[in-house]
Amino acid sequence: MTTETADAPQSELSGRLAELEERLLAGDRRALARVLSWVESGDERGREMLRALYPRSGRARTIGLTGSPGAGKSTVTNELAKSFRQRGQTVGIVAIDPSSPYTMGAILGDRVRMTELYSDDGVFIRSLASRGALGGLSAATQDVVHVLDAYGKDVILIETVGAGQDEVDIAGAAQTTILINTPNMGDEVQTLKAGIMEIADVLAVNKSDLPGADRMVSALKALLSLNPDRGWDPPVVRVVATQGEGIEQLTEACDSHFEELQTSGKLEAGELERARQQITALARANVLDRLRTETGEQRLADLSGAVANRQADPHTAAAAWLGES
Amino acid sequence: MSDTATMTEQIRVLVAKPGLDGHDRGAKIVARALRDAGMEVIYTGIRQTPDMIAEAALQEDVHVVALSVLSGAHLELFPRVVEACGQRGITPENTLFLGGGIIPDEDADRLKEAGFSAIFGPGAHTGDIAEFVRAQVPELDRS
Repeated sequence: MTTETADAPQSELSGRLAELEERLLAGDRRALARVLSWVESGDERGREMLRALYPRSGRARTIGLTGSPGAGKSTVTNELAKSFRQRGQTVGIVAIDPSSPYTMGAILGDRVRMTELYSDDGVFIRSLASRGALGGLSAATQDVVHVLDAYGKDVILIETVGAGQDEVDIAGAAQTTILINTPNMGDEVQTLKAGIMEIADVLAVNKSDLPGADRMVSALKALLSLNPDRGWDPPVVRVVATQGEGIEQLTEACDSHFEELQTSGKLEAGELERARQQITALARANVLDRLRTETGEQRLADLSGAVANRQADPHTAAAAWLGES
Repeated sequence: MSDTATMTEQIRVLVAKPGLDGHDRGAKIVARALRDAGMEVIYTGIRQTPDMIAEAALQEDVHVVALSVLSGAHLELFPRVVEACGQRGITPENTLFLGGGIIPDEDADRLKEAGFSAIFGPGAHTGDIAEFVRAQVPELDRS
């Protein structure tokens, strides 16, 4: 193959990417949707688009919403989006649902609670499957946020997979993290445990028209009073998302937290930390990809057999797979 | 962060029910079957307008728009979804349109003229639907 024929498809591709980038930056929603697919799949086109768009990101406010399945994350997200829209800010929503660990298929159902937003040009909703990631996000979540940011969204809401006790990746992905609780989620011991309770910048008690809301609010406040001084006391906000109650207070609580980030210098620190985490995560994925060649997989199968038969221990086998012995 | 299956483009399917009938069992069974076939299914629920469905299809950049109607209004509703999608650049050339419900053969023919690749009625095997999607998606013009 001559250089000319090898280069031709490449420049044709670059031309198409440049056109798509131009359309995206001009506000074309279909171009945005397509670029998000590429970025999510992590292929070369996606990486090239991200290289081009990344310098334009960094302007959006990012807010993460997490909580257990059924706590009302999608409904609260829907209401928050409306609240920011009323102020004239544009909103991007990234909603993550779990992939099957067996088939990699997924049902992404968060839009069911967001049908009010469909006719608003100022809102763009993208559903993502977790695709095997375990921390409550998907591997591509940060990149999807970068693209929505570059597209010009003022606020980006990131809704995690229904989280248990330690799906805490969202804390590293968003500037402000809202933890959504509901009444009667368990006794105070639950609120004492490490993990998800520690990452909240704002706590919402959703469905607070149900019995037990008062107790939940006091339990959370009691827990927070034991926290070491972080310079920020996470507020506890009562919400009935299906009625839109408490949403204004929730929005204001997010604002206060954002102002605190700005005045304390934590905004820049958080940006650095997010960058560090994303680089680390990408490097880890990259190392694994390099190991997973055909011979690498064969080597892994052999080593797995040795470990299962107690001929080698897992640590030694992992070192061997990495080529350290 | 996982190391598996992040590098390939997954087939994404929108499953939606246009119109007013609330019988979503069929739609849910198809959604579940496509999930089990390894696809990512965006489920939007019942009582969707053609514009809502088209907007979701646009934002989610799906390969397939699968619609279900059990009220008999398929000849009315299905083509209107194709039309709303078309206004957003989503056409049968770049997206697979599938219909399901209680649909007589002569209606199915008219729907195929309107842009639907296949119509699946009661008794259709979910495995056949997944197989059809997998065979047809590579033919789409996704450039």
